[in-house]
Amino acid sequence: MPESRALCRDCGTDFPTPPVERRCPFCDSPRIIEHAELEELSVAHLDCDAFYATVEKRDDPALADQPVVVGGEKRGVVMACCYIARRYGIRSAMPMRQALERCPHAVVVKPSMTKYRDAGHAVRALMQETTPKVEPISIDEAFLDMAGMRGVHGTFPARILDNLVRRIEKEIGITASIGLSYNKFLAKIASDLHKPRGFSIVGRADAVPFLTDKPVSLLWGVGPALERRLNRDGIMRVGQLREISERALVARYGTIGSRLARFAIGQDSRAVHTGEIQRSISSETTFRDDLRDGAALLDKLWPLCENVGRQLKAKRLAAGSLTLKLKTSNFKLITRSRKLARPTQFGTDLFAVAKPLLSQEVGHRKFRLIGIAVKDLLEFEDADHADLFGPTTEHVVENAVDQVRARFGNDVIKKGRTFRP
Amino acid sequence: MKITIERATLLSALGHVQNVVERRNTIPILSNVLLVANGSDLSLTATDLDLTIIETVGADVSQGGATTTAAHTLHDIVRKLPDGAQIELTLSDQSRLAVVAGRSSFALPCLPKEDFPVLAEDTLPHSFSIAADELKRLIDKSRFAISTEETRYYLNGIYLHAAEAAGVPMLRAVATDGHRLAQVDCPLPDGAASMPGVIVPRKAVIEVRRLLDQVDGSVQVSLSETKIRFAFGKSVLTTKLIDGTFPDYQRVIPSGNDKILEVDRRQFAEAVDRVSTISTEKSRSIKLTLEKDKLHLSANSPDSGSADEELVVNYPGEDIEVGFNSRYLLDIASQINGDSARLDLADAVSPTILRDVADERALYVLMPMRV
Repeated sequence: MPESRALCRDCGTDFPTPPVERRCPFCDSPRIIEHAELEELSVAHLDCDAFYATVEKRDDPALADQPVVVGGEKRGVVMACCYIARRYGIRSAMPMRQALERCPHAVVVKPSMTKYRDAGHAVRALMQETTPKVEPISIDEAFLDMAGMRGVHGTFPARILDNLVRRIEKEIGITASIGLSYNKFLAKIASDLHKPRGFSIVGRADAVPFLTDKPVSLLWGVGPALERRLNRDGIMRVGQLREISERALVARYGTIGSRLARFAIGQDSRAVHTGEIQRSISSETTFRDDLRDGAALLDKLWPLCENVGRQLKAKRLAAGSLTLKLKTSNFKLITRSRKLARPTQFGTDLFAVAKPLLSQEVGHRKFRLIGIAVKDLLEFEDADHADLFGPTTEHVVENAVDQVRARFGNDVIKKGRTFRP
Repeated sequence: MKITIERATLLSALGHVQNVVERRNTIPILSNVLLVANGSDLSLTATDLDLTIIETVGADVSQGGATTTAAHTLHDIVRKLPDGAQIELTLSDQSRLAVVAGRSSFALPCLPKEDFPVLAEDTLPHSFSIAADELKRLIDKSRFAISTEETRYYLNGIYLHAAEAAGVPMLRAVATDGHRLAQVDCPLPDGAASMPGVIVPRKAVIEVRRLLDQVDGSVQVSLSETKIRFAFGKSVLTTKLIDGTFPDYQRVIPSGNDKILEVDRRQFAEAVDRVSTISTEKSRSIKLTLEKDKLHLSANSPDSGSADEELVVNYPGEDIEVGFNSRYLLDIASQINGDSARLDLADAVSPTILRDVADERALYVLMPMRV
């Protein structure tokens, strides 16, 4: 059997050469992908399309043809926006006010994280059915290593992935894009090329020419700061990096230099890591009006601690350290970290650690945002729980509250500290 | 105010008080040290509102007076001045303190002494004198177990109280973080019998210990339900106590542990240290497997491999396997000064007692880990 060079995205038929007029002779679909290395490439990056917005559209068909923006109302930022909204120039992380200036009739939907989490977990479950080598990056994207899966699925990776995406569309009701290549960094770049519902391929033969004219900011690890430095040094395009020796890049930019040198020639030896537990969990909130008062800030802090505690419990993780994040009214970011005396998944413990960190910062400054993040996560089962004095009253209470909430809903019971008559 | 003082004298006094001053302060005056010149003395006071240290030293006072200035800055200046220098402190107007030594001169901003917080002079009804060495021992052998956990603030210090051991009255220091517990006794000093049990906060424990290095002889301790004061000759430390109830620690010291292991303390500590090289950074757990007169230590980590070591010990009991945090074992082993250590074990999940065979007055309890 000759090797397949093309694939119909809608019916999954593959062809040794692309069909005439690039339409599938069986289903008449124009969604044909073709690549010389179609059968060989096995490292993929799967990224859900405008994830939060797509989930919202799925759950409310009336939104289907509307520009949808997910995020907080007056003050917040855009957490996600659908592709219609993007036509008006709306981007995620844009302040909501600005988004609404660009598209006043956009439908603003408040985020419902539990819904997204459920959808994200469903997507992950389908990925894990497809290959055991799944490296989640966030709730809606992951790397998949398809090497060796040919024997299991009876076909080549690209087709398996195409099936996976169609299952995600059918069973979960959202869309995703695939980037397929021979390493992680190219797969990640590829998945972003033709969104939504994209399937882009970068092969060994075309990687170097593909990269040559791309801006350096496309490379993994090149954030705004490094991009500015590179640009200042006259390096705008990936191809220019190839004109500089790896040694010189390291000397000038530090260890990232050697990664830049390898990326520039399309090399990335990082493996797809599976089973790695999440690195951090965070929660933050932007205030409607800037806050200065310590008591008011504490009121904002507790729900965050409770929320992170809830996520830790849901994922059966315990946190080893905590970071308090504050943003002043003039956008100065302040972070304060503490290692925890013992790993915990209780909101009360997180609050007890975060509270003194916060009170050190409270004074004359006004803040617009507060957040906490926990790091050094370990499986809850690995945390050492043995205690000479047994569980504290606070832990017993929090467990009881959790049980009540599990049965009767989140709002039936609250800590007195959030109660304002 | 105008005084002349020996650099070494001022440096040591500032060294004692400046630790109290937090590096970051929201209340500016708390960054300052209060200087009071009177007669032939200079007294220096620093506070964080919970803990206050006053030290009085001799100085040549040509004009009495008082002011406050940045403690860390003054300490840094004096530290950098040459050894043997005579330092002149002059408060010309109320806002500048001139510090002059040889050819160096500094002008430091001051805040008025009236703004310096004065902690209420409570009556401290209980009072006793304790040998500096005994107090040192109580602190040294217990402070490693003090908890840093915010939720159980009542464990963030040493519980000092009058107790009894085998019918003999004792002054006892207990510290615990829930994983391990240290209990150290010394003979009850006269006047301490009626004292309430008090929790001395960690920061005060550290400062008291620092000041103890400067004293021989004895320390005068006075306390109430809310404050404790340690007087060391020229310096006096007063601290608020932790307002909480120390848990009933007696309840968690097991009495029926019947598997008794005696081991050479040094061999044991070294073996634990070696084997723990392999235990994972996060858990630090090592496994102790006991057979008749044989102790097998082992550690396993998915990342770094495995380690095994065997020790000949005195153990007549039945076979048992138990896991511990290696760091906690080492902390305790390093408190044992005698040649052999004794472990009283029950099973893999109940607390184990560790002690120095040669020292009845210190006892440690350690919670096992699952391995």
